[in-house]
Amino acid sequence: MSIAIDKSGPFTHGPNNVSRTMFTVLAALAPATLYNLWLFGWPAIFLFIVTMLACMACEAACVRIGGGNPDRALGDGSVLITGWLLALSLPPWAPWWVAVVASVFAVCLAKHAFGGLGQNVFNPAMVGRVVVLVSFPLQMTSFVAPKPLFTPGSPSIGEALTITFGRGFSLDGISTASPLGFIKTELSKGVPISQSIASVPSLGDMMIGFHPGSMGETAVPLILLGGLFLMWRKIISWHIPVSMLATLFLMGTLFNALDPARHAGGLFHLLSGASILGAFFIATDYVTSPVSKSGQLAFGIGIGLLTWIIRTYAGYPEGVAFAVLLMNALTPILDQHFRPRVFGRTRKGEPLPVRGDK
Amino acid sequence: MLLDVGSLAVMGVTLGAVLGTAAKLLAVPVNPIEEELQNLLPGSQCGQCGFVGCAQYAAALAKGDTPITLCAPGGKATIEALAKRLGVHADADAHEEVGPRVAFINEDLCIGCLRCIGECGSDAIVGAPKQLHTVIADACHACSKCFKICPTEAIEMRPIPQTIAAWHWQKPGEHSAH
Amino acid sequence: MKLFPILGGIHPEYRKELTSEKAIVALPVPKTLYLPLQQHMGAPANTTVDAGDLVKKGQLLAKAQGAISAALHAPTSGRIAAITEMTAPHPSGLPVLTIMLDSDGKDEWAEPMPAIDDPFAASPAEIKARVAEAGIVGMGGATFPSAVKLGLGGQHKLEILLLNGAECEPYLTCDDRVMREFAAQVVDGARIMAHALGAPKVIIAVEDNKPQAVDSLKAEAAKTPNVEVVGVPVQYPMGAERHLTQAVTGRETPARKLTADVGVVVHNVATARAVHQAVRLGRPLVSRVVTVSGGAVAEPKNIEVPLGTRVSELLDFCGGISKEARRIISGGPMMGQPLPSLDVAVVKGTSGILALTQGETNEHASSPCIRCGSCVTYCPCGLVPVEMASYIRNDKLDLAAKIGVQDCVSCGSCSYICPSHIPLVHYFNYAKGKIAALDRERRKNEQTKALVEAHNARLERQAQAKREAAAKAKAAKEAAEAAAAAPQANQQAQPNSAGGANA
Repeated sequence: MSIAIDKSGPFTHGPNNVSRTMFTVLAALAPATLYNLWLFGWPAIFLFIVTMLACMACEAACVRIGGGNPDRALGDGSVLITGWLLALSLPPWAPWWVAVVASVFAVCLAKHAFGGLGQNVFNPAMVGRVVVLVSFPLQMTSFVAPKPLFTPGSPSIGEALTITFGRGFSLDGISTASPLGFIKTELSKGVPISQSIASVPSLGDMMIGFHPGSMGETAVPLILLGGLFLMWRKIISWHIPVSMLATLFLMGTLFNALDPARHAGGLFHLLSGASILGAFFIATDYVTSPVSKSGQLAFGIGIGLLTWIIRTYAGYPEGVAFAVLLMNALTPILDQHFRPRVFGRTRKGEPLPVRGDK
Repeated sequence: MLLDVGSLAVMGVTLGAVLGTAAKLLAVPVNPIEEELQNLLPGSQCGQCGFVGCAQYAAALAKGDTPITLCAPGGKATIEALAKRLGVHADADAHEEVGPRVAFINEDLCIGCLRCIGECGSDAIVGAPKQLHTVIADACHACSKCFKICPTEAIEMRPIPQTIAAWHWQKPGEHSAH
Repeated sequence: MKLFPILGGIHPEYRKELTSEKAIVALPVPKTLYLPLQQHMGAPANTTVDAGDLVKKGQLLAKAQGAISAALHAPTSGRIAAITEMTAPHPSGLPVLTIMLDSDGKDEWAEPMPAIDDPFAASPAEIKARVAEAGIVGMGGATFPSAVKLGLGGQHKLEILLLNGAECEPYLTCDDRVMREFAAQVVDGARIMAHALGAPKVIIAVEDNKPQAVDSLKAEAAKTPNVEVVGVPVQYPMGAERHLTQAVTGRETPARKLTADVGVVVHNVATARAVHQAVRLGRPLVSRVVTVSGGAVAEPKNIEVPLGTRVSELLDFCGGISKEARRIISGGPMMGQPLPSLDVAVVKGTSGILALTQGETNEHASSPCIRCGSCVTYCPCGLVPVEMASYIRNDKLDLAAKIGVQDCVSCGSCSYICPSHIPLVHYFNYAKGKIAALDRERRKNEQTKALVEAHNARLERQAQAKREAAAKAKAAKEAAEAAAAAPQANQQAQPNSAGGANA
């Protein structure tokens, strides 16, 4: 028997691997996704499939151009998460080409132009979403109220094909704004939030998803459940979600108390938009978030703060994607500044003083 | 249109001229890096680099017209220090072929002529006329000057054997096969 | 007793059940023993025998050389066949001077060293001298000469001797078995060491997965006032010196200092047993308990092995290894070293010989880092392995050093947990070795430079002296000429001529 001495220890390894991690995340997303696909019917299903296929095709093409093995790259599951999250962040009845454009930007530009898996600075799904959001604002803010499958009013497969691949749907007829968009528009018309909020779905309806929005915005309990599952599986830690949501909630509550006419409440902020999805699934993206726990806390606080600021003062009703991207840019700096304390050293890196009592 | 192009062109030419003149007028006459580089070299003036001494090699290095890997006694540490100071990539691997060495005097052949002692820049050889000479291994920096001057070829440059204490793992991906 | 949490750490599959219920058996003395002169940290021992000499068991074969070194004794009686260079039981596979001892089959003891009947009446120096004489080194694997460590009481005010029975490495059960079967010897040895150190208290720390060991030690400890046995949580690397100290006492050892600086000295339980034998029985260290285990070993066992036994013979004693053996390790799977061949010898620091299958090692080709941060979460030293490895990969060793690569204890938690199977610890081991090598080279260059400068200054002084002598001679000559007012007044003295003969 020949003995190879090609590496030093350890000579035992945990059962953990990249694809297992990625597929656990997909499993955590599955219940919310299935619920949403049911909620928004065939057009959502088509859009979901188109997004996933487009992302996988982009990944395979980029890896092949880079001289890598496309099978292995697809096998690690990272692009599936990108595609999946991207699909969840699009309006469910958006046309196919929006999804394709978003996928190309997400996978080719945000991920592979930076060097592929692990090298990207910005969250690919959010780059994809933001690119189409600023390029095609009409399509990206035309939401429909949920029309669950097999209920009256839900588009048939034929109608769905037209919606996704054909002429789209009549914007005037059925499109509505998401709650965040609605209160923003009303505010710009001079209607104070304290009044307009009466017209948006109740917080209870928002909880179970009966309000217009992207797929990932409309199944809070299931998303939350998926997030807790990831925490239980130790895929993510509590630091980013808790610090982000707590900041968002505190800012909302504080300013709502100061000036209810201009500011929505903390709970409304938590339950509307992509807050929960962003906190558990987007901000926690490994590659683009800090590696140390203290860095993650700062990262989460930053996202919560920016989300609230963008929702409240900026032109866009929803700010999670922008907030995540802005904090992604800060991640390398956070990594530099928030390191754990080294054993036997002070925070500054000096050796601890030897005890004085000897 | 013409006015735009013209004004930009004038601006470009003027600023270019100013910068060009400034570069000439404000040029630093001596290269301060030379001295710094010389400090990084062992200073034994052994000449193995092909230059007369360390100062000359440092000057050539400062001009950038010689490889940084020529200093044999300095070893990899010197190459890496030079590479860092000059901001160039160190091709230290080419250097490794020689490995650390030490002068060794073959007692049967030494005639006690003292020439190696006169040659040694770091006082690493002790001996008296017509007596056996010996090398203090710790002080020898393998400049090979003694090796070259010895009239009886009693001196050889021996590789220093690797010890377990000094052994370390190679960088992952660069290991040697056993 | 109140315990303190330690940072990070992992819970690997321990698989101690393979050998934990196997009582220690003695290996029949092999025909030939191979005894490397370097079985410890520090300088190699110096032989005191020659090829052809007849020796008895326990007779000195090589004595310690220098401040940090350890003596070596014959593990059995027989004849010195040769003293020659052989492959070291070390991943480098470098040759090391080795004494080959042919057993005569009688296993006859030499006259033992006089037993110290009341060690607590003996002076610490006397105990220390005996431990040095017996060639005892740290048997947990670090192999630091124990006598040197027992001398720490001289410079530090010590409060606690912490006896390390954590045995946090998977598979290994040799310490467990020693604690169960020789609890009295362990406790006695620990008390003797505490006496030598001047430490008033002994705490024996054992991981909670060894309840029988805790029970037998507690039964022994109850007989003496100053010995306490504590169970510590099962958490790798609990057995790391600094971490165990922190877990038991809450004291954090400053970087680049010893645990003695916080009043604690840590010794392994097997070392305590060896001290007991050296002091009470006058027997030097000539054998040790080794766990032979792993999925590729036919019959895993705990074996009392004479030092110098070849690994291949040890494996044969355990029914040999199967074809699935992928890694042969000396020590535990986390911090153990791969062996260069099966013909190397068991030495004082060999706690285990493991033959692991692919299923056990679970090694895979590495894939890109996904920055999951697990390595940061699980690092027991508060380091950022992902960042250090990326600096090292790009040859920025100074930056890696700045963020603490030299504070890494190479425990392997990060490599174990990494989902991308990146050999992080290999990077750190390389960086630590390379930084030390560069430091040595830099020191050598500085030394050379100082020598060269001194040399040049001396030449300069000599030249100066010659010039002065020449000037003086010239002045004298001119004065003489002036006094004589001779016709040759114009003749010039050559400045160099005076020194010329002196070359």
